[in-house]
Amino acid sequence: MKRTVIGFALAALAASTLAAQTPARTAQPSAGLRTPDGKPDLQGTWTNATITPLQRPPTVKNLVLSEAEAARMEGAVVERRDRLNRPSDPNRPAPPQGGDGSTGAAGNVGGYNNFWLDPGERVAVVDGQRRSSLIIDPPDGRIPARTPEFLARQKERAKQTTGRGQYDHPEYRPLAERCLLSFGPTTPLIPNYFYNNNLQIVQTLDHVMILMEMVHDARIVRIGGKHVPKHIRPWMGDSIGHWEGDTLVVDTTNFPPLQNFQGSSENLHVVERFRRVDANTINYRFTVNDPTTFTAPFTGEIPFRAMDELIYEYACHEGNYALANVLSGARNEEKRLGTKQEK
Amino acid sequence: MALATAVVVAAGFWTASPAETQSARPARIAGKPNMNGIWQALNTANYNIVSHPAKAALAFRPGPVVPVPAASVVAFGAVGAVPAGVGIVEGDEIPYLPEARKKQQENEANWLDRDPEIKCYLPGVPRANYMAMPFQILHSDKAVFLAYEYAGAVRNILLKDPGPAPVDSWMGQSVGAWEGDTFVVTATGFNDQSWFDRAGNHHSDKLKVVERYTMQGSDHMWYEATIEDPLTFSKPWKMRFPLYRHINPDARLNQFKCVEFVEELMYGKFRKTPVQ
Repeated sequence: MKRTVIGFALAALAASTLAAQTPARTAQPSAGLRTPDGKPDLQGTWTNATITPLQRPPTVKNLVLSEAEAARMEGAVVERRDRLNRPSDPNRPAPPQGGDGSTGAAGNVGGYNNFWLDPGERVAVVDGQRRSSLIIDPPDGRIPARTPEFLARQKERAKQTTGRGQYDHPEYRPLAERCLLSFGPTTPLIPNYFYNNNLQIVQTLDHVMILMEMVHDARIVRIGGKHVPKHIRPWMGDSIGHWEGDTLVVDTTNFPPLQNFQGSSENLHVVERFRRVDANTINYRFTVNDPTTFTAPFTGEIPFRAMDELIYEYACHEGNYALANVLSGARNEEKRLGTKQEK
Repeated sequence: MALATAVVVAAGFWTASPAETQSARPARIAGKPNMNGIWQALNTANYNIVSHPAKAALAFRPGPVVPVPAASVVAFGAVGAVPAGVGIVEGDEIPYLPEARKKQQENEANWLDRDPEIKCYLPGVPRANYMAMPFQILHSDKAVFLAYEYAGAVRNILLKDPGPAPVDSWMGQSVGAWEGDTFVVTATGFNDQSWFDRAGNHHSDKLKVVERYTMQGSDHMWYEATIEDPLTFSKPWKMRFPLYRHINPDARLNQFKCVEFVEELMYGKFRKTPVQ
């Protein structure tokens, strides 16, 4: 079976543009990879960490990278990791007041150093193809243009969440900072390019449970049945699954407006397809549709690689000193600048 | 009219056979009793794991005649009262060491400031199993996983012992094995932060809980837990109660991500404009 996969991959490499539109189909999972009721067995712990970005950089033309291109990308990541992992200079000066101007959790005055991060070191390989983007459709590997509705929404939201005003209320802070959800999207399961891109799947006759390490979020997919009423909007949406041959297809709607994926609205509709392709791999395919946000649907693929490690508790809220400090810090800053907290 | 509707709905329930209401359940999974389903305790142990009378509130202040509900909870009226309940502790007494008993009494008196449930912290074990919200057991040939509605707490029951937990956690590390038809889970690796109930019953990070899940037919099971913690209790003690399976066709685990619900309590004072 392995030979079939490699053979197909070589053929696909030669016709990468075509492959971008019609992703490869691989052989059926073998008997050992099936549950007692004959379904492909998706169970175990998996990682979706990868250095392949969601969207293809505009400078890269093809979906499929050559072996040399992939090796170059991976080499650069390893080089950077090794450089950042060198011991810190004990005599280094304090960071400049107000931070060094960089952004993100690892920048500014120094949050996490590289020791804590685990963003992945490998390009995504799907059906033997080394990929330059997770998005395979549209063929340019980019998220389609946003709609005018999205732009209007964005403008409204920006009033609250940019500039000094973003520290006015806890509700204005990002969901991850509030410990409501992970740093990355939970539906679809896109890696966060930061850390803890680990998940566990447990599969029964009528449910498939997908646990994301962050923030101990178990998305429980019901096999069959109907979506919950429209006014019920669970974080991560409401997921219903069914089997199409050997593929688990999961349909998710009922997203809350605040859980936006790439700016999506409460009309977000995600269809995920899980295929167990070999002992170490699930091929995960997602299609995102939201006509009030994107001018067209888009589809991506991510390999889930088997892990032999356990997932431990990510208790976020219980140790969330950041949110209180961010808000109270803003109040102190206002006091310092003479704009007293309004009573 | 309303009555007529109710009769029709009820008739619908009565005529549906179990096979029609929920998908067929195999009695056993890999030779062991099938524990799949949404389960819930039907008791008031989350208020107090030992027998308790009803009382007016969870928090009190001195009153002219008898203590009265604390100012911060008085608005709840009857809704904020505590229902009476039969204890789930064997012998109805927890064998506290003297210092630990004192701490329990202080916890109870300072419940509003101290109960981790108020801040939506993870519930710990065994408390997660008798909160007034259900949990789902996902049981396959390869895994047993407990997903709780309250706070979205989870426990993956390891079926192979990896050795001592490398780090303390709220929900601990659980290792499960079958003893005949009883699923026995040994949970260790806890921090000292979770409580047993709203009455201030507590433990240290030396807590060890041995749980026994024994199915009694398809729709209920006995749950028994042996609690050991030499820093808190003079000897091991047991709790025992039945768990009931939700059998309605629409049963599903809902979401109670209360982190969002406690933001005003925890961070409201840091708003630019505090809510009056």
